[in-house]
Amino acid sequence: MDLRFTDEEIAFRSEVRNFLKENLPSSIREKLEDGRHPSKDDLVTWSRILNRKGWAVTHWPVEWGGTGWDPIRQMIFRDELQQAPAPEPLAFGVSMVGPVIYTFGSEEQKKRFLPRIANLDDWWCQGFSEPGAGSDLAGLKTTAKRDGEHWVINGQKTWTTLGQYADWIFVLARTDASVKKQEGISFILVDMKTPGITVRPIQTIDGGHEVNEVFFDDVRVPLENLVGEENKGWDYAKFLLGNERNGIARIGISKARLRKIRELAKLHTFGEKPLIESPRFRQKLAAVEVEVKALEMTQLRVISGERKREKGKPDPASSVLKIKGSEIQQATTELLMDVVGPYALPYEPEREDGTRWNEPSVGPDWAASIAPSYFNMRKVSIYGGSNEIQRSIIAKAILGL
Amino acid sequence: MDFDFSEEQQLLKDSVVRLLADRYDFESRKKHQAATEGWSLGVWRQFAEQGLLGITFAEEDGGFGGGPVETMIVMEAFGKALVIEPYLSAVVLCGGLLRNAGSDEQRRTLLPSIADGTKRLAFAHAERQAGHDLHDIAATARTEGDAFVLDGDKSLVLHGDTADAYIVSARSSGERRDRDGIGLFLVDAGAPGVSRRGYPTQDGMRAAEVSLTNVRVERMNVIGDPAGGFPMIERVAHEAIAALCAEAVGAMAEALDMTVDYLKQRKQFGTTIGSFQALQHRASDMFVALEQARSMALFATMMSSEPDAEERGKAISAAKVQIGRSGRFIGQQAVQLHGGIGMTMEYKLGHLFKRLAMIDTMFGDADHHLEAFADSDGFVGAL
Repeated sequence: MDLRFTDEEIAFRSEVRNFLKENLPSSIREKLEDGRHPSKDDLVTWSRILNRKGWAVTHWPVEWGGTGWDPIRQMIFRDELQQAPAPEPLAFGVSMVGPVIYTFGSEEQKKRFLPRIANLDDWWCQGFSEPGAGSDLAGLKTTAKRDGEHWVINGQKTWTTLGQYADWIFVLARTDASVKKQEGISFILVDMKTPGITVRPIQTIDGGHEVNEVFFDDVRVPLENLVGEENKGWDYAKFLLGNERNGIARIGISKARLRKIRELAKLHTFGEKPLIESPRFRQKLAAVEVEVKALEMTQLRVISGERKREKGKPDPASSVLKIKGSEIQQATTELLMDVVGPYALPYEPEREDGTRWNEPSVGPDWAASIAPSYFNMRKVSIYGGSNEIQRSIIAKAILGL
Repeated sequence: MDFDFSEEQQLLKDSVVRLLADRYDFESRKKHQAATEGWSLGVWRQFAEQGLLGITFAEEDGGFGGGPVETMIVMEAFGKALVIEPYLSAVVLCGGLLRNAGSDEQRRTLLPSIADGTKRLAFAHAERQAGHDLHDIAATARTEGDAFVLDGDKSLVLHGDTADAYIVSARSSGERRDRDGIGLFLVDAGAPGVSRRGYPTQDGMRAAEVSLTNVRVERMNVIGDPAGGFPMIERVAHEAIAALCAEAVGAMAEALDMTVDYLKQRKQFGTTIGSFQALQHRASDMFVALEQARSMALFATMMSSEPDAEERGKAISAAKVQIGRSGRFIGQQAVQLHGGIGMTMEYKLGHLFKRLAMIDTMFGDADHHLEAFADSDGFVGAL
């Protein structure tokens, strides 16, 4: 047992850090530092920089552009991206549909889609949740019926993140209504330009437009766009959600935010003293830092256990990462609310094109994004399998209850 | 980065677990507790035979050359079984002080007799006024010719009622709360001027109040610099906290295991209570708290040998915060989910809860360490 990073791992971390320092466009970095969202162009630009370096799809098999790094290096890479802060490669392609395609897809699908995902030539979005199927995802009602050489898809998906930019959507649809609900679902790839698809924006409580509703009205999709076997889609979805959970702790983001909290709390004075000199505030901050360190160690334990696990089987302990990781992300935005105080109040929504908040700001120029971040981060304990679902997974899969 | 035990460490773990399975079920523990010493000399001898008492001592000092990971393995197993023998006081604290600060002569004469179980030392350090502050020492050590003469009252000396000798901290110079001026002195329990009053503790162990009046200590029995002992005290306290974190993780894991078993067996409303979601989610929260505590116990183990005292202190404080919080949550919820049976003296669970509560109070509780950590620059100060 040696819980220190090896010299090679430390050298690797500085190699990544240096690359990010030299190659991450400062306009993108500043946006993320300010708590604003990168634009579509920002993400495309950045993904292509990473792809040129061979780092766009680091965890994929080497033959499809992966790096062959072990899980610890993957973790270090992600941690450095998050702390830079740099945008992470678009998860819907790189972490969700990509692994499903290279694990279960046909050779044609692999050749057609994987290189375009790596280069963000295709922007993917996720067609899972429905108005009537949230935590009980297998209860979904969207149908896909065979008609000659096509699937005909009808139904409605929701919470489709960044669907407004998407070229493709991966859809869970019911292909057999006569069997147990988990056994009649298929996983289908759909071109967003297909006639019959309508995307409608949903504005969230932070004022932003991240998520959408997607309507399918007799959408005709070639049969070959089915992934794997018909009616096996639930297995692929579980595989995908297990992968999603691994990256969900977002420890690097929380560390970067804690650093920012410390800086702002030094600058910003309430009455006579900077907030950082308040013992009450310092202890709240310290309590979150302790939780982050504990979670970082927990993540390392899960990752190092991965080396011994059967490939593709997520560790149920990753539910711990989801629960604590989301709670910590929320706690850091609460601390930012403490820092900003009454200048959380002015509502200065971000423009759709990602340009700066209303200028000049009413309060300090860093203040405007803080309340929206706090509101927005309530989502993290809801998505990716709500924290209550995670507790049920722990109770069943780990504790055997 | 490697979380796996070496082959030797795995063997150690297996052998400790086996020994405790044979000698330390909860009914046996009650018998050990009823013995004259308040714990079992027979079990102590077996610890010696298996090499547990000298596990962290150098081979030339009669030990096995292990480190913090070995201590962690032993303490975690002890936590599960609720071992009441004086391992923390004799091996971790006094063994640690001698290992870190003892002269060649002191190490060679004392450590082998700790390792073979023939001599038990206790650390007479805490004082009533000190609270959680390790440097608050009023006991004095004045020079008299080549020797020192100690005066003062030591409190909550773990297993101090049956120790053969003490390592006493006392001030050879400076003011009561100065970090400088503190020395460590080896004092025989039967030395003229030493008196003690033993008593049981809430967790089924023993402690003593120890008074020193004009106790003469020869130069050869001074451990290290008589005015520069504090860094060693702090270091060994950090090692002890790491050990307690591991012990607490063992106790938490046992409390969770017992609770999950109970949820699977206990029937009410015509079904096992473990089928109720409210209780499932509580058990899951206990699991999350345990995993966070286990992670920080590992972190404390790793950092307990860090030479930079500030970095080490930050890590140890953070770990003690996590252990205190997780231990309180898991202990309380384990009692709650057991219902009435968790409240009884005859059943093991309540004793796990009590030990966890006592561990939080030792060497600084969660609030004390949170304050200490909050006064530092934290972990994320610099990228």
